[in-house]
Amino acid sequence: MASLISCRDIWKVYRVGEVQVEALRGVDLTIEQGEFVAVMGSSGSGKSTLMNILGCLDQPTRGSYHLDGAEVAGMRSDRLAEIRNRQIGFVFQSFNLIPRTSSLENAQLPLFYRGLPLKEQRLQAAEALRRVGLSGREHHFPAQLSGGQQQRVAIARALVASPTLLLADEPTGNLDTRSSEEIMEILQGLNREGMTVIVVTHEPDVAAYASREIVVTDGRVVSDRAMRSRQGIGH
Amino acid sequence: MAAFVWLTILTALRVLGRNRMRTALTMLGIVIGVGAVIAMVSIGDGARRAVQRQIATMGTNVIIVWPGVTTVSGVRGSQGGAVTLTVADALDLKKKVPLLSETAWAKRDVMQIVNGNRNWNGSINGVSPSYLTIRDWSFTSGGPFTQADLDSAARVALIGQTVAENLFEPGEEPVGAVIRIKNVPFRVIGVLAPKGQSAQGSDQDDVIFIPFTTAERKVFGTLFLGSVGGIFASTERVDDLPEAVEQIREIIRMRHRLQGEQPDDFTIRTQVDIGKVQQGTSQTLTVMLFAIASVSLLVGGIGIMNILLVSVTERTREIGVRMAVGAKRRHIVVQFLIEAMTLSVLGGALGILFGVTGAKLTTVIAGWPTIVSGAVIAAAFGFSLVIGLFFGLYPAAKAARLNPIDALRYE
Repeated sequence: MASLISCRDIWKVYRVGEVQVEALRGVDLTIEQGEFVAVMGSSGSGKSTLMNILGCLDQPTRGSYHLDGAEVAGMRSDRLAEIRNRQIGFVFQSFNLIPRTSSLENAQLPLFYRGLPLKEQRLQAAEALRRVGLSGREHHFPAQLSGGQQQRVAIARALVASPTLLLADEPTGNLDTRSSEEIMEILQGLNREGMTVIVVTHEPDVAAYASREIVVTDGRVVSDRAMRSRQGIGH
Repeated sequence: MAAFVWLTILTALRVLGRNRMRTALTMLGIVIGVGAVIAMVSIGDGARRAVQRQIATMGTNVIIVWPGVTTVSGVRGSQGGAVTLTVADALDLKKKVPLLSETAWAKRDVMQIVNGNRNWNGSINGVSPSYLTIRDWSFTSGGPFTQADLDSAARVALIGQTVAENLFEPGEEPVGAVIRIKNVPFRVIGVLAPKGQSAQGSDQDDVIFIPFTTAERKVFGTLFLGSVGGIFASTERVDDLPEAVEQIREIIRMRHRLQGEQPDDFTIRTQVDIGKVQQGTSQTLTVMLFAIASVSLLVGGIGIMNILLVSVTERTREIGVRMAVGAKRRHIVVQFLIEAMTLSVLGGALGILFGVTGAKLTTVIAGWPTIVSGAVIAAAFGFSLVIGLFFGLYPAAKAARLNPIDALRYE
């Protein structure tokens, strides 16, 4: 069986005025279905750029990226939007919920763009909120929820589409320790159910939940090792 | 797609409801533009209808021939002052122009009329009987005089409402009474139904009709027997008017022995010509109105575009999130277009409301007739939709062109 993610010699070069910035310099990476990977690196290391490319938000300048067997590099933006919609779930550091819009509607968003009937959207979004433990908060606005709860709405939004890949960019960066643990346990739970999870972080505590750790420095993968993943509280 | 559009409209309404003041101010241009158009068009249509009604009181498919200006040794006489038209001209037209369904002639003067101790100065018209048919006069009591009355120069009179009101007590029956015109006794045999103002603003009911022969022999004391103040005719169909006018012109020119280059010594007007003058005025008004309305709608549209550009900037992150979870460019375009159209259509609807109310108030307060037509409302609504679409395109395109990564990072 082909790997879920297969990157070969990925380069990303930005042009800032006269200067060329090489954010990624030949990254090779293979991630199998069902892995829990932590991508670590200091700011400016290129880990966010890598995350954007893996998430089909951005295109590599050179190299090839196969996601679930399909070549993503060079795809048109509409096709990329479809892939993000069906195969990828995003969790961001700053939650990125739509303000003054209920949890339910936030969680519905991917299904909304998939064109599902409204009733179906609501049912599935309510189920996703239940899975992250937010039953009863369907009609709360983001501003009425704590940071941890907002991030859980964001996770519900990511998993409502039943993606094969969940990408979390510093998911605990804006949260206190307890909320961070809750969020990481939810991600770990989803991984146990078979979802491939990639977490970008610079916190070793967060990376400790993963079963594999990749370190990016200066646009290159400098370390790639399997780890014994930390067991969540109560396990 | 239906669910998408519906939810997008709901989202748009919520976004607009969040900034109520901003939304209201943005819509104001459209509200004023649409409201002004509806009110003005309603008032204009009302006025046009009133004028049409007045023109219709002239009769149906009427042609009028007036004696023209005569030039004697280079001195021009006044219009209608000449005695160039005669009863013989009218009779000849009746014989030679089959397109004319009715032909009549008339002559008028203003004279004192006396009934007992009351008197009135009114327009005395000596007419041939078919004049009443051509002008569509009907009666509230009594009836018209006949060809026999004309032949025998009978002393009978038909009086208009204004004359009746001034010569008789309220409730007194004029028919059968004897009145005196220039000391000649006339028996009133009919009272005419009211017509109101003419298109030129004169009171059409201030009128007395007597047989033409009686008028010229016993009342006016005409120098030239047989001269008329005007020939009146009508055709069955309105389309026959131009052809009939040409034939009338040819026959009268021949009868008056006018050669090639010599100008007509008479003037021919049709009801259609008179209507056209009125229409010309209202067309000028309509053009001005649309100029004003388009400026106002243009300004309104720019207002919508401006506020949408602000909205796109404010919601850059939201656009990024939507793109990240799978919104295609067209979804973003449609979202902002719908927002723009929601603004303009709401503004248009309010404008229609204000416009219709304004028109009704004008009728109530100023007493002007107004007509609010469904077509105008539909057009105003459609136009607001188009404005939203047009001025929403640029902000929508700007939103859709955003790069998802930059949009997500936007502070």
